[in-house]
Amino acid sequence: MLVFFGWLNIYATIHDESHFKILDFSTLYGKQIIWIVLAIPLIFFIMLLDAKFYERFASFFYMFAILLLVFIFPFGKSINGATSWYSFGSFTIQPAEFAKAFVALGVARLLSDKQFSLKIRKSQIKAFFLILLPAFLIILQPDPGSALIYGAFLFVFYRENLPDYYIIIGFIVILLFISRIFFGFQNVTLFIVSITIFGLMYLALFRKKALKKGWFNIVILTMGLIVYTLSTQFIYNNILKQHHRDRFEVLLKIKKDASDIGYNTNQAIKTISSGGFFGKGYLQGDRTQGKFVPEQETDYIFSAVGEEWGFVGSSLVVIIFVIFLLRIIHKAESQKNPFSRIYGYSIASIFFLHFTINIGMVMGILPTIGIPLPFFSYGGSALWGFTLLLFIFIRLDAYKTNEW
Amino acid sequence: MKKGLLLYFTVLFIGVIFIARLFYIQIINVNHDPLQSSTIRKKIEYPHRGYVFDRNGTLLVANQISYDIMIVPKEVKPLDTIEFCNLLGIDKQYFKTRFLKSKKYSPRLPSVFVGQLSKEDYARFQEKKHKYKGFYVQKRFLRKYPIKSAANVLGYISEVNENLIQKNPYYQLGELIGTAGVEKSYEKQLRGKKGVKYFQRDIYNKNIGPYKDGAFDTVSLPGKDLTLTIDSQLQQYGEALMQNKRGGIVAIEPSSGEILALVSLPTYDPNMMVGRKRSINSVKLFGDTIQKPMLDRGLQSMYPPGSPFKILTGLIGLQEGIIDTNTIFYCYHGYKYGRKGFMGCHDHKSNVNLHYAIYTSCNTYFAQTYRKIIEKYENPFTGMNAWNKHVKSFGLGAYFGNDLASGQKGLIPDGSYYNKWYPSKRWTATYTLSNAIGQGEILTTPIQLANMTAAIANRGFYYTPHIVKKIKNLPLNKTFTTPKYTSIDTKYFSPIIAGMYDVFENPHGTAHSSKVKDIAICGKTGTAENYIKVNGKRIKLTDHSIFIAFAPKDNPKIAIAVFVENGYWGSQWAGPIATLMIEKYLKGKTSRHYLEQRMFNGSLEDEYQKQLDLENYNAEEQ
Repeated sequence: MLVFFGWLNIYATIHDESHFKILDFSTLYGKQIIWIVLAIPLIFFIMLLDAKFYERFASFFYMFAILLLVFIFPFGKSINGATSWYSFGSFTIQPAEFAKAFVALGVARLLSDKQFSLKIRKSQIKAFFLILLPAFLIILQPDPGSALIYGAFLFVFYRENLPDYYIIIGFIVILLFISRIFFGFQNVTLFIVSITIFGLMYLALFRKKALKKGWFNIVILTMGLIVYTLSTQFIYNNILKQHHRDRFEVLLKIKKDASDIGYNTNQAIKTISSGGFFGKGYLQGDRTQGKFVPEQETDYIFSAVGEEWGFVGSSLVVIIFVIFLLRIIHKAESQKNPFSRIYGYSIASIFFLHFTINIGMVMGILPTIGIPLPFFSYGGSALWGFTLLLFIFIRLDAYKTNEW
Repeated sequence: MKKGLLLYFTVLFIGVIFIARLFYIQIINVNHDPLQSSTIRKKIEYPHRGYVFDRNGTLLVANQISYDIMIVPKEVKPLDTIEFCNLLGIDKQYFKTRFLKSKKYSPRLPSVFVGQLSKEDYARFQEKKHKYKGFYVQKRFLRKYPIKSAANVLGYISEVNENLIQKNPYYQLGELIGTAGVEKSYEKQLRGKKGVKYFQRDIYNKNIGPYKDGAFDTVSLPGKDLTLTIDSQLQQYGEALMQNKRGGIVAIEPSSGEILALVSLPTYDPNMMVGRKRSINSVKLFGDTIQKPMLDRGLQSMYPPGSPFKILTGLIGLQEGIIDTNTIFYCYHGYKYGRKGFMGCHDHKSNVNLHYAIYTSCNTYFAQTYRKIIEKYENPFTGMNAWNKHVKSFGLGAYFGNDLASGQKGLIPDGSYYNKWYPSKRWTATYTLSNAIGQGEILTTPIQLANMTAAIANRGFYYTPHIVKKIKNLPLNKTFTTPKYTSIDTKYFSPIIAGMYDVFENPHGTAHSSKVKDIAICGKTGTAENYIKVNGKRIKLTDHSIFIAFAPKDNPKIAIAVFVENGYWGSQWAGPIATLMIEKYLKGKTSRHYLEQRMFNGSLEDEYQKQLDLENYNAEEQ
């Protein structure tokens, strides 16, 4: 329970800052207060339910989330070309935010099964299907940013004995994708081929036995990589939209355009930069008050912290987040019940990815991907989604303490 | 647990990266100039543009306040358009189109809705301003010209063009800059210095208060007033004398190089180039290719100088030792040279000395002198160059580099010029003989002639002619106060000046009829032939009427050059005008009212009309 209060405390501290930010923008500020107030009964409700309840009905939660995501297509509301919202009067709800928690429950349920092992190919497929289905539905909305969050479950899978080479393959896949954009198809192919040839030569000279056994695999691997590189070109040019391409290219400094494509990020960096060491003080940030960064109350909220609270404030936020994440991981690891452990680990990964992508984007080290910063950004669904994520785990954790 | 460490360390790793990044952008790589921030709006305070006075303190250029109704389309609330239109004297159609235009330009940025209201309209609007949200009034300074005169001298201001903005970062789009006359040449002094006020703004460009309570603001410095060398009464008188004629008058004070009058006709009312009317009027004025009112004929028109140039030929002859006051050439109504060459001359006695040659304007005398000057040297090339050097020392054939916004070099040929003309290089002095009497290849502007006259009046030196006497209390540019010496020794001037004096005094003098009682004027008439080429055919136009003069003979106060295009001959128009100007300047009034009226009323418009139909054109002959 102590831990719970600690978290609540963090929650409150963090949240207060977001109030500050939105104070001058009365309607959004007001709405956010309502969301926060409404989050309290939600918390009570979550805490009220028996911990076992979550474990038992995890698959129902999962199914519910999938249904929400499916029904959004006939019933949802389109904003900015993405059908991501259910509309209730003046409030809109974004099911993708809640789906995270439910999917996490589902994943935890699946992985915690004693019969289940991620070392078996069949189980692997099952597990990946579990996360790719919602991700796919969200991509269809389209909201590729939110879908990306489901990548967080890779950490979970790895923790739960997914073989190492998946991580390595995943790493190579990302690396190739980026280098394809950066260096171009021909250079990357050339690089792969030369690496292969050097590898083969090395084997031929020093490890003749290994060569005999493995040359076929090596050649296949090389071919596979080349085909993949080729396909990234296709994905990059045909599946991703122009603004996605622009974002990548701005980040990789291929395109230099501060006025249009990279405007948001540029403004955000300038805004953070203008904060200096101590910041300009609460409500003193001229760039924040002047509304220079578009979407500052949602995805770019960290820039307001950066400006008004300076290096001290923003690093404190980063440190708090890191402690918060480590705390969850630590808590998750200490769970006796595998379901609780996997769930805890899932939410740690989800929070972590949100935190990394959001702040990374605001500071211009990652491409622009529109996802909120947990507890900071304006947005009811996101707030509730994070609340749900966190407090289910607190409930589970509290159950453990009780059991003790 | 071992595998759990991956996420554990990734979290820590990312945390460290973020803090490092924050450290980099917030502490190391900081943009230290807060004024460059896009959240600060610079508001420019425009100072008063300096006034312009004439040498006697008469106000020539002042400022007037005008009011622009500005609009911020986004802030406009529904309003009573009919009342609004009546208030400002616009129609509904204008309202509609203007509104859409402003909206298209920017819904948030202010733009001019109705420009340059009169004080009365402004007062009426001011009363009801509160009813019209989104409109406000902006003060603006415009030029005002109390005297409709000297438009060519004063010039005008207009909006800077983009070309200039790129070259000179001081200016921004929509700002005004002097584009002609002293407004141009003294732009820096007149404009003063803009002040800057910084405002905090939001992204919608709304001001939300002064930035840091104005700690970075700079105060604007008002422009400096100019005192011109122009005598505005003389200037106006000159413009009146020249009306319905084309040409220029330039009067210079020889003892200082100050330009007393710079008349160019046809001209325009300087008030035409102010404010809202400017764009329409400037198209009209610049588009008038027949009258060319925007051409400053005193500075920019190049004419052959004609007979006044004989004075230089005489001076060079004396300096080079070719002639002295007793040298006699024989003239039998002209001068035969070479095998076929013949230069006609007027009807006068046949044995001619220098003195006589000047006041009767004998062609033969100066043609022979010229020829001997050139032939004194081993070849015509070096002879020509020696002659060129003398002529140029009078300020001809080059820019003055003075404070006038426009000018022309004119042309004084030298040896290489003729080498280009005659590639065989077998030309001789007689090829260029017309130069002797100011015809041939020589081209000068009226101001160059006036300056030449001033140099003669000063007996051998001149000050660079300039238009500004005082800039507030700043000393003048040194180049205007140091005398420039000609290559002719002072002693050679007296015989020449004596001849010029007799132009008026001697009954045979070419300007005897223009003689003024009590004023010792020295002058020289001129008649310059001029031609125009139409479809390859050279058509002779009526001669230009030219006159140069200075007075009084001793301690001269004014040197003047008058040029009347196609004015028959020197004493017809230019002579009387020059002497009237001198009389007006020296005495303040004129005694020869009949002559004065003839100049006021005399028109050469018929002649100019005739030139429009060159097919049937016949030059007026003497």
